[in-house]
Amino acid sequence: MVQYQTARLDASFAALSDATRRGVLEQLGRADASITDLAARFDMTLTGIKKHVGILEQAGLVTTEKIGRVRTCKLGPHRLEEETVWLERHRQLWDSRFNALDDVLEELKQKEKINGRKKRK
Amino acid sequence: MDVRRENEKPLMKNLTAVERTSEREFVVTRTFDAPARLVFEAWTKPELLKRWWAPKSMGASLLSCEVDARVGGSYRFGFGQGGTETIAFFGKYIEVNPHSRLVWTNEEGDGGPAVTTMTLEEKAGKTLLVLREVHPSKEAVDEAIGFGEGLRETFGQLDELLVTLGAS
Repeated sequence: MVQYQTARLDASFAALSDATRRGVLEQLGRADASITDLAARFDMTLTGIKKHVGILEQAGLVTTEKIGRVRTCKLGPHRLEEETVWLERHRQLWDSRFNALDDVLEELKQKEKINGRKKRK
Repeated sequence: MDVRRENEKPLMKNLTAVERTSEREFVVTRTFDAPARLVFEAWTKPELLKRWWAPKSMGASLLSCEVDARVGGSYRFGFGQGGTETIAFFGKYIEVNPHSRLVWTNEEGDGGPAVTTMTLEEKAGKTLLVLREVHPSKEAVDEAIGFGEGLRETFGQLDELLVTLGAS
């Protein structure tokens, strides 16, 4: 289970490391689209966009379905959540530390001010 | 006497951003309303570090904090609950440039040290802090994260946190 999630996470990060693929995800977040639509939207060849969609699909970020001659792409279920949660947890840790650090700094600033005044007098 | 009047804006929280910049690297950024020299001091003096490194929301308290912020000097943070140490983080400082740059290793993990570089850039009394955390390998990142079984639990904790933050 752990192994599986780790492998999936690696695939997700690799998939997300490319600007076009992030763009495709954003686009699909707004509406489902066909390969042809995406190729036009990103000004790419069908082969080029298929390659990107394939990588997203492997990572589970996107699913595709062929109906007749049209392959429709949509966001895969729940896959982005994991990265988001992961980074958010890390951010929360630093954020709570830094909020506490703000208080320490505020106090140091006040101390300096008071000491500075004393020295000047 | 009102000590808090000159240059003081209403207290507004600065935002903390975290970004994964590669398989092995994370970058944390945050601005502080204080000069770089004070921020640096707060990172290198144990009596100050103790006050912010383990905020209550972290769930574990900092039981010991030894810091020798000189090149080659070491640090050790011991965490625990109920007075018993359960985990320690330790390593060495490899670069110490007062008020602008601090680089240290984290040596508690298997598979080689992680290296963290903190830089401070002061502008008009505010300081931009950039923290680059470079892990020895992708596997080490996964391990550090504790990915896997704990994830569902994390979702729950995160939800709570978000509710708290949303309310504040």
